[in-house]
Amino acid sequence: MDRYTEQRLFGLLARASAALIIAVLLLVVGVTLYRGGRVFLTDPTVAITPPGSRYMLDGGGGFLHAVLGSIFIVVPATVIATIMSLSTAVFLQSDYSSERTSDVINMFLNVLWGTPPIVYGVFVLTVIIAVGAQTSLIFGVVAIAIFQYPIMTRYADEALRSAPDAVKEASYGLGATRFETARVTVRAALPGVIAGIIMGFARGIGDAATVLFTAGRSTQMPGGPFEPATTLPILIFEQAASFNAEVRSHAYAASFVLIVAVLALIVASKLLAGRYARFTPGG
Amino acid sequence: MDPTTDHGSNAETTRPDRLGRRLVIERLSSYWLIGAGLFAVALFGLIVLTLVQQSIPIVSEHSLLEMLTSANWDPAQEEFGFLPAILGTIYVTVLSMAMGTPIAILAAIYIAEYAEGRMKVIVSSFIDVLAAIPSVIFGLVGLVVVVPFVGDYLAPAFGTHSIGLGIVTVSLVMAIIVTPFMISLSVESLEALPDELREASLGVGATKWETIRSVLLRAAGPGIFSAILLGFGRVFGATIVPAMLIGGQTAVPGSPFDAGETLPSLIVNDFGELMSIPITQSALILVGLLLLVIVWLFNFGAMLVRRRLQRRWQY
Amino acid sequence: MTHDIALRTEDLEVTYTGNREVTALNGVSVDFAANKLTAIIGPSGCGKSTLLKSLNRLHEIQPNAEISGDVYLGDESVYDTDEPLPEIRRRVGYVPQKPTPLPVSIYNNVAYGPKIHGDHSKAELDDIVETQLRKVNLWEEVNDRLDAPGAELSTGQIQRLCLARSLAAEPEVLLCDEVTSALDPISAEQVEETLADLKSEYTIVMVTHSMEQAKRLADDVVFLYLGDLVERNDARSFFENPQNERTREFVKGHTAVEYDDADGADESEPESTTAQTVSAE
Repeated sequence: MDRYTEQRLFGLLARASAALIIAVLLLVVGVTLYRGGRVFLTDPTVAITPPGSRYMLDGGGGFLHAVLGSIFIVVPATVIATIMSLSTAVFLQSDYSSERTSDVINMFLNVLWGTPPIVYGVFVLTVIIAVGAQTSLIFGVVAIAIFQYPIMTRYADEALRSAPDAVKEASYGLGATRFETARVTVRAALPGVIAGIIMGFARGIGDAATVLFTAGRSTQMPGGPFEPATTLPILIFEQAASFNAEVRSHAYAASFVLIVAVLALIVASKLLAGRYARFTPGG
Repeated sequence: MDPTTDHGSNAETTRPDRLGRRLVIERLSSYWLIGAGLFAVALFGLIVLTLVQQSIPIVSEHSLLEMLTSANWDPAQEEFGFLPAILGTIYVTVLSMAMGTPIAILAAIYIAEYAEGRMKVIVSSFIDVLAAIPSVIFGLVGLVVVVPFVGDYLAPAFGTHSIGLGIVTVSLVMAIIVTPFMISLSVESLEALPDELREASLGVGATKWETIRSVLLRAAGPGIFSAILLGFGRVFGATIVPAMLIGGQTAVPGSPFDAGETLPSLIVNDFGELMSIPITQSALILVGLLLLVIVWLFNFGAMLVRRRLQRRWQY
Repeated sequence: MTHDIALRTEDLEVTYTGNREVTALNGVSVDFAANKLTAIIGPSGCGKSTLLKSLNRLHEIQPNAEISGDVYLGDESVYDTDEPLPEIRRRVGYVPQKPTPLPVSIYNNVAYGPKIHGDHSKAELDDIVETQLRKVNLWEEVNDRLDAPGAELSTGQIQRLCLARSLAAEPEVLLCDEVTSALDPISAEQVEETLADLKSEYTIVMVTHSMEQAKRLADDVVFLYLGDLVERNDARSFFENPQNERTREFVKGHTAVEYDDADGADESEPESTTAQTVSAE
């Protein structure tokens, strides 16, 4: 093959691949919005109606239990994961740990980052069995927090690293302690940190494998931290292939709610990160 | 080390009140932060230990080798052959990576080397969005779109029959899920290359594609290769999509169009009902441990490749 | 001054239309004599690199670069041509400022161009590699480890390897972008010696920050100031009898104020005392 033909061919293939991926994305989002929207938009109250007593059989009522379950599980989990991941990220900066230490910790974080969520689910479930408890909302919180922790640490670490060194030097120059300086650094990197928290929240709210065995696949309104609960992804997972059309349609409606929430979160995080970039010198 | 930590403990009491308080805060906070740093290690250790400890019952009753190579999975009869699920997992991983990798690399080349300005921003944000969509939604779209496509068109086109659920269906959807993940990592390594490398190659009369093929892909090779390994790990541990689309058939798959089971979907499909039987529970925890070890190997390999090759082919 | 003209620009204008529009070259018409070394000098950010890269259209890899005017290689237009762009870039080779080995072995760095442009037997390639490495005075230093990665060499050796790599593509013109600025003084001297050896065989166009270097190496000098061609002359006349007021100031070192915001402008190069005082501020 002539080298210029080869050049054109591969240029074309590269463009085609990118186009294919865009097409697939539009298909996935389009199908979800269309199939889910058809159910959800005709009767948006399904999202705020509690489920009926024979919900899994006839789809009576709505899926408020999953909406609330998602919120009650993912919000506290994100708070816990934020505290832990931000602390770890601060520790990873050069003020607190040597390069060697942070290399080792980063290696473990990378392993956690790549660990399949189902492993976290199995882990928390074994803990539940070991302490003789039952699957409940609180364990869902723990599982999601563990799942979010490495993801959010990575975001926070990146944000802190990109904070200008001058901020640190100025702070130390004023006689601040390491902790006081860390607070200043976090503030300087705040938009990046918040963008990371939002992304962590988005990942947490979309994950099913971690909560499947830990929160309990409840079909009733969440009764408290020690009662079984469910989330939107679990509901979609459980009901997507149901034989009852009404039950199935709730899975579609729930996927509409879920994808809109996730897209909104991504946009929010992108906007924040973009705003942040404009204030970073040279960014 | 910062000088503020070097004061003895009695310094805090003799200092003026305010400074003393600050130093106490400094000391307490550093304990907390060291704890947070160790948390990552502790969490990993705790997970591994728990899974190992809970796997002991099954391993002490059945030989590990036998379980890995036996095709007979029937927990009710205490038969724990993982082979069907292992083969299913390998099928799915190989198929989806074979579909996803070339497209991911080409698309990454497009974003890093061809796209400019607005187009580049748009395409890469689309990739980011695709990467952030929950897998349960891919599963749902798979049920609506891919299952009928495979059952009605793809399987007949290959002269075979399929109910739509099966290994090929899962592989198609997993290819879609893992591609954006590999793209963003590959784009990162390509964009980290200095422009001089492009200029050096173009400056001796190479075409753009020759520059990409023999210089840029090679220089970014360690990064791209580790992206692919991480992608392998992703597909290997994927749970929700296989559980929704593979058809839950614990037998050695005869063709890619057959229904099957992967290791993670095995956990999902059998954990709920059989949780009460301790030995089954132990078997499934062993599956979790296997997953962890294999994914850990992929990650470790990715890290090793990045470090080794980078040192050798630095530019 | 009658020379064969290897390369000339005609009313070359380059504008970068990024966030804010910057005109890098402002209608420059200049000749480059065949088999001579022409140095392009001028304060930082005055369009030296842009001029150099526009000679073989390498600036086009930057998005948002707009160009008008033309460059002629002999009698052929570089911009308005049917010839494929890579072929033009083969004929007008380019050596980057930063020593940049390709991520392959020393041998394949040199063989890269020949392999792309023609079918050579192994023996022919061996021959080309040896000839080119000898030309840049690198053969003796590396002939026992041709399979080692190019990146394992010292920066000075790498820069000479880059020269060999460009020469192996058999260019008619060689563009050198401040090729000594990233090197320590000793390596810089070695690269300069190599260039001095090469300049009788090749048309070399070289951007430099250092007036001393231009004095030592150049046959002709082109002085650019803020995108305008101020003066072009043979080196002796340029330094001893500048025609233009601005050239006179620059040669004396007054215009060196412009170095101020440049990225680490030539700390290693011995400039005139005035320039040193200014950059020390």
